[in-house]
Amino acid sequence: MGWFFVGPAAALFALFFAYPLVASLWQSLLRTNGGVQTFDGLGQYRRLANDPLVATSLFNVFLFLIIQVPLMICLALGLAYVLNQSWLKWRTGFRALYFLPAVTTLVAYSIVFRVLLTTDGGLANQFLGLFGIAPIDWLNNETWARVSVIASITWRWTGYNMVILLAGLQGIPQSQYESAAIDGAGRWRTFVSVAVPQLRPVILFTSITSTIGTLQLFDENFILTGGGPNSATLTPVVYLYKVGFRQFDFGYASAIAWLVVVIIAMLSVVQFRVMREKT
Amino acid sequence: MTKTLRFVPFYLLLGLGALISCVPFLWMIVSSTHQTSELFATPPPLVPGGQLMANLSRLESETHFSRVMVNSVGIAVVYTIVSSLLSAMCGYGLAKYRFRGRGVLLGIVLATMMIPMQVLMVPLFQMMASVGWIDTYQAVILPFLANAFGIFLMRQGFLSFPDELIEAARIDGCRDIRIFFRVVLPVAKPQLAALVIYTFISQWNAFLWPLLMLNTEDKYTIPVALNTMIGLTRVDYSGLMLGSLLATIPILIVFVAFQKQFVSGLLGGALKG
Repeated sequence: MGWFFVGPAAALFALFFAYPLVASLWQSLLRTNGGVQTFDGLGQYRRLANDPLVATSLFNVFLFLIIQVPLMICLALGLAYVLNQSWLKWRTGFRALYFLPAVTTLVAYSIVFRVLLTTDGGLANQFLGLFGIAPIDWLNNETWARVSVIASITWRWTGYNMVILLAGLQGIPQSQYESAAIDGAGRWRTFVSVAVPQLRPVILFTSITSTIGTLQLFDENFILTGGGPNSATLTPVVYLYKVGFRQFDFGYASAIAWLVVVIIAMLSVVQFRVMREKT
Repeated sequence: MTKTLRFVPFYLLLGLGALISCVPFLWMIVSSTHQTSELFATPPPLVPGGQLMANLSRLESETHFSRVMVNSVGIAVVYTIVSSLLSAMCGYGLAKYRFRGRGVLLGIVLATMMIPMQVLMVPLFQMMASVGWIDTYQAVILPFLANAFGIFLMRQGFLSFPDELIEAARIDGCRDIRIFFRVVLPVAKPQLAALVIYTFISQWNAFLWPLLMLNTEDKYTIPVALNTMIGLTRVDYSGLMLGSLLATIPILIVFVAFQKQFVSGLLGGALKG
């Protein structure tokens, strides 16, 4: 009887997950030549190692990872802590406002940022102009394009992570704060020695999901900069899209895909280990 | 009073952050009611203008946006109904029945959550091409109907579903299928609401897969249509902003109406784990 309930989903998994997964692995061992696919062993993976664009896309995505994820988690953690204080006025209102960006469709918000960050007359530059700052070429300068991507993602996802952390904070018994207060711990001390250690599993969860999300970055970069300028915001998935579905080099695209899988798996394990050791 | 005063800078900072959260929204509303030429003027418009209807009719004539919205809503609704039902059923089966292969299936569900869908894209694309389904709605919907995250969410929820309730119904002579639809689902409504919202949003946001599958304008979903508009030589920015606004409004309504379920849907198994 159990199979009656799980059967349909299991069949769909077999057809649209298990089979493509194996097929993708097989594809990555093939080479397309004039429309004909031939077995190429690890040829595609050797290509990965020598492709400067793969290196660039990995560099970009790790740069985003190192800067954006900690920045966002810290911001979200701070906000969650503050918005969990019972003395704070308009708490619910603030929470809703900070969560608002998480409601936007990825493509839609990327478009809004593209318009906001237009060099000539974009709202961001007009605002900076009020302080006498010359227009910044947000999306066409390599460094600024990266800054733009980081800023956009942080805008979209900070509130989302804040809400997760907030839910975690609400699970901490009040008595723990009280005993910290009795021990004479100040605000900062309470935050560091009560809230943060208790929240460790939730922080781990948000860091892992954000890391995975960053490694799979596509929508934002595709809309905002198309991976440019000069590949400064190219991500592995944007590259995969270009190789697979503009050049129709399926074998190589599959190899790129597996590279992403391996990196995600490794980083998740590492993060898990690190957080575990500390507890 | 002095205590409150002491916190003024603090509230200002919080307010500033909240403002940053809102500005892109407000700008989306303002700019979709002005002409494109006004958007980049100095000073920029700060209050809504009177061009909303003009922009709307231009958007309609340029990209047939009403059709695009119908597509998006239709695809999301069909996907949500079928996928939610499958997730609920599978989650229930995994939580409440013991059968051969249950452990394996649970393992597959967990693995699916960890493996990025991009790996499946090339073979899925080839599959759809080989059955001639490119540029059809079923090609957009079918491959992701079995949603690992949804299944996991449901399983976690059903684990704590009272067995006595199921047993009582069984003693009354109810069959398993009937029990599921008549007893279990109604009781699990809040959990189901979270699932439905999560499922709807994930399909509403979907971009890469529909982009690969759909290539006639009349079949586009909103994200795909918006993407095409950016690619034009003369970009209609106020039209784009209006399109983005229209893409956001349905989710915003769901958020305001079902705040609690919305959040638990987004967070999913985050804390139950």
